[in-house]
Amino acid sequence: MLLNQFLILGAVLFAVGVYGVLARKNGVMVLMSIELMLNAVNINLVVFGVQHGVVSGQVFALFVIAVAAAEVGVGLAIVLLLYRNRTSIDVEDFDLMRG
Amino acid sequence: MVDTVVFILAAAICLTGALGVILARNPVHSALMLVMTLFGIAVQFVALEAHFLAAVQVIVYAGAIVVLFLFVIMLLGVDRAQNLELSVLPVQKWAALVFAAGSLAILALLVMVVKEPVTGAEAIGGSATGDENVRLLARSLFSDYVYAFELTSLLLVIAVIGAVVLARKPKNVVGVAPEPGNEA
Repeated sequence: MLLNQFLILGAVLFAVGVYGVLARKNGVMVLMSIELMLNAVNINLVVFGVQHGVVSGQVFALFVIAVAAAEVGVGLAIVLLLYRNRTSIDVEDFDLMRG
Repeated sequence: MVDTVVFILAAAICLTGALGVILARNPVHSALMLVMTLFGIAVQFVALEAHFLAAVQVIVYAGAIVVLFLFVIMLLGVDRAQNLELSVLPVQKWAALVFAAGSLAILALLVMVVKEPVTGAEAIGGSATGDENVRLLARSLFSDYVYAFELTSLLLVIAVIGAVVLARKPKNVVGVAPEPGNEA
């Protein structure tokens, strides 16, 4: 089994996630796109771990999953708070700090 | 041969789901497409002999994180289908496309060009299969990475507290404007 195919798959998933983060206006969609990018990284970690015959890659992937869970929890709470205060989750509406 | 077929099928599932996530008009459809992507990645993990991680992927991501997404989408009532042209930043769309294509090109170029033994080499299978995989993972997690593991629990506690504090409704706080959309 070649490793390149997994690395390419991870690269494509990451690029799709980058597009979603930059282009979508909905705050929840931005968070979902971040999940895509994290999963692309997970694939790379696991496949490099398999390549070297160690389980460290899988351990790191587990940590990434834990961090993703924490990030989603706090991120969605922030989205909820934004919606409560501004009645919108459109990221274009939040430009108060624009200089 | 079987490996290749499994990889291609799972990769197709992953990429279809990923495109669905970023292109669907309805956020609920996006969340369901995200489940599809995560299942495809779980299949890849199984193909890579990372059985425990595949189970965690399904349980934590598809079971908990996507449900959290769906919960917030339903709670906010933003599950109406949106016009994709309106729900995408107009100016940034092309910049995002260029940026994504550029990052993809760079990553693919790195994978293709670099002739290190890391890429293009045969994966070492069978070093940690079946129950052995879980045992090795546990041994590594609770010996080499035990401090990181404990810190992760601390991180999760902090995240839970942060989420609760953020999402809590302020009661009679002086100086806070009445919340719009909350009058009813």
